[in-house]
Amino acid sequence: MESTFLPLLVALPMLAAFLIPLFAKLWQRSADLIANAAGAALLGLSAYGAVRLFTDSHTIVYRIGGWASTLGITLVYDHLTALVALALNVVGLAALLFSVRYLDHYTGRWKFFSLFMLVLAGLNGVTITGDIFNMFVFIEISAIASYALVAFGTDFDELEAGFKYMVIGEIGGIAILLAIALLYAKASTLNMAVVSQVMAEFGHTPLFWCIVATFLVGFAVKMAMVPFHAWLPDAHPSAPAPVSALLSGVFIKVLGVYAMCRVMFNVFGLSRTNAPAFFNLLLAFGVLSIVAGGVLAYAQKDYKRLLAYSSISQIGYILIGLGIGNYWAIVGALFHVLAHALGKGLLFLTSGSVEHATGTRDLDKLSGLEKKMPLTVWSYLLGSLSLAGVPPFAGFFSKLFLIIGAVSAKMYWLAILAALFSTVTLGYLMKVADKAFFSHKDREPTAARESPTTMVLAMLVLLVLTVALGIGFKPVLDKLVGPAAQVLLNGLGYARTVLGG
Amino acid sequence: MRGMSSIVQQIARLLAGVLFLFGTYIVLHGHLTPGGGFAGGVLIAASFILVSLAFGSVEQTERNSYTLSSVVESLGGVLFVSLALAGYVAGTFFFQNASIYGTGNPLQLLSGGIILPANIAIGIKVGAGLFAIFLALGASRFVMKD
Amino acid sequence: MVPLFACLFLMLIGLYAVVTKRNIIRIIIGFSLVEYAVNLFFTMVGFKRDALPPIITDVAQPRNFVDPLPQALVLTAIVIGLATTSMMLALAMRIYEKYRTFDITEIRRLRG
Repeated sequence: MESTFLPLLVALPMLAAFLIPLFAKLWQRSADLIANAAGAALLGLSAYGAVRLFTDSHTIVYRIGGWASTLGITLVYDHLTALVALALNVVGLAALLFSVRYLDHYTGRWKFFSLFMLVLAGLNGVTITGDIFNMFVFIEISAIASYALVAFGTDFDELEAGFKYMVIGEIGGIAILLAIALLYAKASTLNMAVVSQVMAEFGHTPLFWCIVATFLVGFAVKMAMVPFHAWLPDAHPSAPAPVSALLSGVFIKVLGVYAMCRVMFNVFGLSRTNAPAFFNLLLAFGVLSIVAGGVLAYAQKDYKRLLAYSSISQIGYILIGLGIGNYWAIVGALFHVLAHALGKGLLFLTSGSVEHATGTRDLDKLSGLEKKMPLTVWSYLLGSLSLAGVPPFAGFFSKLFLIIGAVSAKMYWLAILAALFSTVTLGYLMKVADKAFFSHKDREPTAARESPTTMVLAMLVLLVLTVALGIGFKPVLDKLVGPAAQVLLNGLGYARTVLGG
Repeated sequence: MRGMSSIVQQIARLLAGVLFLFGTYIVLHGHLTPGGGFAGGVLIAASFILVSLAFGSVEQTERNSYTLSSVVESLGGVLFVSLALAGYVAGTFFFQNASIYGTGNPLQLLSGGIILPANIAIGIKVGAGLFAIFLALGASRFVMKD
Repeated sequence: MVPLFACLFLMLIGLYAVVTKRNIIRIIIGFSLVEYAVNLFFTMVGFKRDALPPIITDVAQPRNFVDPLPQALVLTAIVIGLATTSMMLALAMRIYEKYRTFDITEIRRLRG
């Protein structure tokens, strides 16, 4: 198997998504089996690709149908792709395991799994493709499936949140399509590597900045940067818990951050030296996101809405890492992509566990859960320690690298801001623990039982990975995150690796 | 769903077969003339929707139609992905542009490699899918229980 | 040049409808307008003066065609737009069943 495993990352979940409606008419539970098998296979494939990259260190390129690069679609698997694909497939598998029991109070199980498979196919497609219109198609596939998943429970809140998410998200998608149209008018090809070569000679004319701005608007909507974040606090809480874990942990990063990085760094070749205004803009938005997300999270009474605002805040961290633009800052941002995917996925799964056991998400009504659901509570506590940046968990290292990057770029105020808001993060995450998990004298302890085995198993998998990522950060840094940051800093060298190899 | 007046029913009786045939023609000649799977699939779905709207239907018929079109749609999807994976089985690339009749001579019906089978699969999927969407949105008020 | 600007103007009209209208169905119609305008813009990007439609009728003919690639891409984009519009309409129908109104100022239970 040379590099022929690459299209399977997309073909396998799509095949599962089309087979599930057929088999579920015969046996209702077959949907769970097919979906979980596909999720495990996806994780195996992306791990295999990552291991091949570690030993071989050449970017894996696959030309679909054997067509040459300027004519057909190429699939590219380099270190950045490996990082994002691993994060996405791990969280996807954990969410699938979790939903086997969580869906007991929803009807239409097989529809959930079929849509989930389409989301995974779209997300994997975005990460591996090397063709810009193909990226748009996969973005839209996963986005449309996710609108249906957010509105899955068809209750009042879910329908309103789903509609809001849908309109705002689709406007972002249309902005990306408009930008691709403008880009095609200048480049006459769709392959990202060839486009980057054309863009290298094009220069930074006003048309160039117009295209960059339109792309930025589209990706900002998908990524929930602060002026464009209005859909997130409604959509993420209303979705079923495994979908929230996937949305918050993976979606906003793959569709927003990864796609933006690929387009801005590798196709347009922007970097701190030749486009400082763009990077300062990213910094400004990042700071705004951190502050707004962090402050608003304090005022929330709903468990999942608080976690959703926290996601906005953590995306701000990733944005300032990208905005600073030197090696350590980008390493910090990419490491935070991994750490936040695992950590926030874990926290949303614990919220689902609490909701499954007690039936409510209102923090003022819950109390005394630490005795009844110890595994869930401990997963939450350790996961939030990781997100807040406490050593030796994964979040500590990502924030450490960010601060090192900020200091070496002489932006001391950014380092102080990052450290300060880490304590704010710890504060509002502990607010949940204080209100819901520990006992209060003036409230009755809520009746609850520990969650079923598969749900706990999914949470423990993510917890173990968070701890392992923290303790074993050095090999991950050297082999995965470091080279991924190099890919981004290399900018236009992407074209050489794809076309030459 | 109620039917419509007898004039509409007469015209629908005449046109439904022609629409279906025309849609199939557009699907099959996708590699020679404009159109292809998507456009032809929409026309095929339109022929079914015309019959359904003009003559009306009872709830049981709608339920059966919905189940049948859902199954056909999934089969179309599976057919498309199997076509793409067939390149693997034959030892060449994913989505290889070849077919059992080879590449054929240009401008003939049996030419163009994998484009013809892919168009057929897409036509089946889009046609059945659009009809299912129409039933789910526009039919009488019943909840699709699965 | 003028048709391209007309497309962008159409897109702005659609965007105005999405932003200011209160009825959900009008928002969906506005969004469809935005979408069609962008697809039209994309098709017109491939235009060349005095060129033929890209259909080969005779193998030995000299080939001066307009660019066929945007047409193929727009076909895909139209289908994506179809899926999006039908999903929005399905959501709008469910919202009507629950809330008994299409007015978005009354569908505001989530706040903060």
